[in-house]
Amino acid sequence: MTTDVLNDHDSHEGEHHDDHKMTGIKRWLYTTNHKDIGTLYLWFSFIMLLIGGALAMVIRAELFQPGLQIVEPDFFNQLTTVHGLIMVFGAIMPGFVGFANWMLPMMIGAPDMALPRMNNWSFWILPFAFGILLSSFFMESGAPNFGWTFYAPLSTTYSNGSTAFFVFAVHIMGISSIMGAINIVVTIMNMRAPGMTYMKMPLFVWTFFITAYLLIAVMPILAGVVTMVLTDTYFGTSFFDAAGGGDPVMFQHIFWFFGHPEVYIMILPAFGIVSTTIPAFSRKKLFGYSSMVYATASIAFLSFIVWAHHMFTTGMPLFGELFFMYCTMLIAVPTGVKVFNWVATMWRGSLSFETPMLFSIAFVILFTIGGFSGLMLALTPVDFQYHDTYFVVAHFHYVLVTGSLFSMYAGAYYWMPKWTGHMYNKTLASWHFWCSLISVNLLFFPMHFLGLAGMPRRIPDYALQFADFNKWVSIGGFAFGLSQLIFLAVVIKCIKGGEKAPAKPWDGAEGLEWTVASPAPYHTFSTPPKID
Amino acid sequence: MNDEEQQAVVSSSNSTNGQVVKKLLLIVFGMFGFGFALVPLYDVFCDITGLNGKTNDTAVSYSADGVDTSRTVTVQFITRMAKGIPWQFEPVINEVEVHPGEVKFVKFYAKNESMRDIVGQAVPSVSPGMAAGYFQKIECFCFTQQPLKANEDVEMGLQFYVDVDLPAEVSTLTLSYTLYDITGSADSSS
Repeated sequence: MTTDVLNDHDSHEGEHHDDHKMTGIKRWLYTTNHKDIGTLYLWFSFIMLLIGGALAMVIRAELFQPGLQIVEPDFFNQLTTVHGLIMVFGAIMPGFVGFANWMLPMMIGAPDMALPRMNNWSFWILPFAFGILLSSFFMESGAPNFGWTFYAPLSTTYSNGSTAFFVFAVHIMGISSIMGAINIVVTIMNMRAPGMTYMKMPLFVWTFFITAYLLIAVMPILAGVVTMVLTDTYFGTSFFDAAGGGDPVMFQHIFWFFGHPEVYIMILPAFGIVSTTIPAFSRKKLFGYSSMVYATASIAFLSFIVWAHHMFTTGMPLFGELFFMYCTMLIAVPTGVKVFNWVATMWRGSLSFETPMLFSIAFVILFTIGGFSGLMLALTPVDFQYHDTYFVVAHFHYVLVTGSLFSMYAGAYYWMPKWTGHMYNKTLASWHFWCSLISVNLLFFPMHFLGLAGMPRRIPDYALQFADFNKWVSIGGFAFGLSQLIFLAVVIKCIKGGEKAPAKPWDGAEGLEWTVASPAPYHTFSTPPKID
Repeated sequence: MNDEEQQAVVSSSNSTNGQVVKKLLLIVFGMFGFGFALVPLYDVFCDITGLNGKTNDTAVSYSADGVDTSRTVTVQFITRMAKGIPWQFEPVINEVEVHPGEVKFVKFYAKNESMRDIVGQAVPSVSPGMAAGYFQKIECFCFTQQPLKANEDVEMGLQFYVDVDLPAEVSTLTLSYTLYDITGSADSSS
C-alpha cells in the first residue's frame, strides 16, 4: 500500500501539500484524497436521492386517487422498479460509503484510505452505472419494469428490451461496492493508529468493518444471479426456466441469499452513526460498547440464514417456514440489545437537542417501529396476509427512510462543521427535521393500515375504500419530498459561509476527528496520533 | 509522502495491504462461484427432499413391495399451456383412484392447432411437494420432447405408481403438466 500512495503522489507532481490541489473538474476526476472522494460519494447519493424521490413523487401522484390518471401501468412498474434500484444502490449504499471515506481514516488516525486509487475508481464507475440504468427510460422498450427484486420469469421470459442495460448497471454497482468494501477492510485492518486495538475502535468503525465483510460476501452472489438472468434472457440458458429444467423459485432463493444480508448492509452503518451521535449529545460514554460490537456481528451472521422469510408464500414445507421464522425472530435479540443500549446511553445523560440528536432520537423510535413491523412479518402465519401488501412497503420504508436515511442526516449534521468549517443554519435545520418527521409519518404510517386492509403493493390502481388513506399518504409524500430540498439549502448555505466552527463544536463529542481543525485540512494525521 | 506519513501507515496486522486484498478477492471470487454452485446444490437438495414438487425425469422400474389395498389415493391430472404455444393439451381422464403400489396407465391428448411444426416439452410437477418423491413414473411422454407437425394430434401415455411409503396424511396427489414451446432450442436428433 505504501507504494500505491507513493506512486499516486508521484503522478501528481507538486501535490504533496494542501495548497497544491488541482483545480476545476480535474481535481475531482483525478482525486485520490479520501475527503474529496467522500464528498463525491455524498453528493452523488444525495442527487440519487432526489432522482429516486422524483420517481416516487410520480408514483404518489398516480396513487393520489383511485383509477388511472397520470401514467400507464407499464410505466408505473418502471417507476417502482427504478425507484427501488436508485434508492438502494444509488442513495443509501453510496451515502454510507461517503461517510466511510470521510470519517474512517480520521477516526482511526490514518492519513488516507489504504487503496486511494482504487477508491477513485470505485466512485467514478458509479455515475456510469446509474447513467446506463436511467438511460433505459428513454429507450423504446422503457426502463426495467419487473420490480427491484427482478424475480424470474418477470426479468427473463417476460422482460422488456432494456434488461441487458439493467444487468450491466447492476454489475458495475456491484464492482463499485466490492472495491469500496475491500478498501474499507484493508484500511481498518492495516491503517489504525498505533495503540488502537480492535476493541478501542469507535463503534462507527466497527459497523463499517462488518458491513464491508457482508458486501464482500454477498455482492458477488448478486453479480452471479444477474448474470444468470442475462444468460437466461439472451443466451438460451435455463437457470430459471422450467421448460429447460430450471426453476423460477430458485431465483428467489439465490436473490434473497444476497438480499437479506443487503438489508443489513443498509442498516448496520446507520447503527454506527447513531452510536456516535447519541453519546455525544447525552454527554455519556456509549452504554455497552462491547455488547454493541457483538450484537452487530451476530446480526451479520444471522443475516445469512434468514433469507427465505421473504418467500413464505412460495410453498415451502412447514419445517422450512418454522426454521426461517425462528431464525428471523432471533435477530430481534441483538437488535433489541442495540436499541436498549441507545436508550441506556441517554438515560440520565445531560441531553441537548441539536439537529443531529433530533434525527438520532427519531431514528431510534421510528427504526424500532420498523423493527416491530418486521417482527410481525417474520411470523409465518400472519405473513400470508401481509405478503406483498402495503404493510411490507410501510415496514421497509420505516427501516430505510426513517432508519438509514435519518441516520445519515444525523451524521451529516453532526460532521458538517468538520466538513465545511461552518456551523449549519440551525433554524433551517430545525425546519428540515420537523417537516421531515411529520411528513414522513404521514407518508408511511397509514401504509400499515392500507396493507392490513389488503391493498397490494406495486399496483397503479386500487379499490375505492383505500382512497382516503392514499390521499393522505400522497400529501405526506409530497411534503417529505419538498422537505429534503430544505436540506439542500442547509448544505449549500453551510458550504458558502456561516458561523465559524471550532475544531470541536460539540462539547460531548469524542473521537480523533475532533482533534483536527475545522474544516478538516486536506491531509490529516500525516503523523499518527498515539492512542492510550 | 514523507517519513512521518510512512509511519502512519505502520501496519497493525501482520499482512500487507496487498496480502489482505488478495484474501478478500479470493472471498469475492469464491462467493461468485458459490452463487453458481447454488444451482446444482438446489437441485440436489430438492431431489433429496422433494421440496419443489419435481418428479423423476427418467424412467424407474417398478419396485414396490406389493399393493396396499387398504388405502386409496386420488391422483388428479391438470395441464396448462405456457405462454404462446398453440396446442390443445389435456388429460383424457381427469383423475384416477389408485392403491399405493398399483401400476396405472393414463393417457393425455395433445393436438398442434397451428399451421407450423412445433416441438413441445411437458414439465411435470406434483403437489403437495413433499409427496413428489413418492410418485414414480415408469413411462412418461415427458421424458422426451414431443414434436407435432401442423394439425397433428397424438395420445401420449403415462405409466406410474404411487409408492406404498406415501405418508398417511396424503390422500390426494395433483400432477400438473406445463407445456412449453421449445421448437427453437429442441435437439435436432429427436
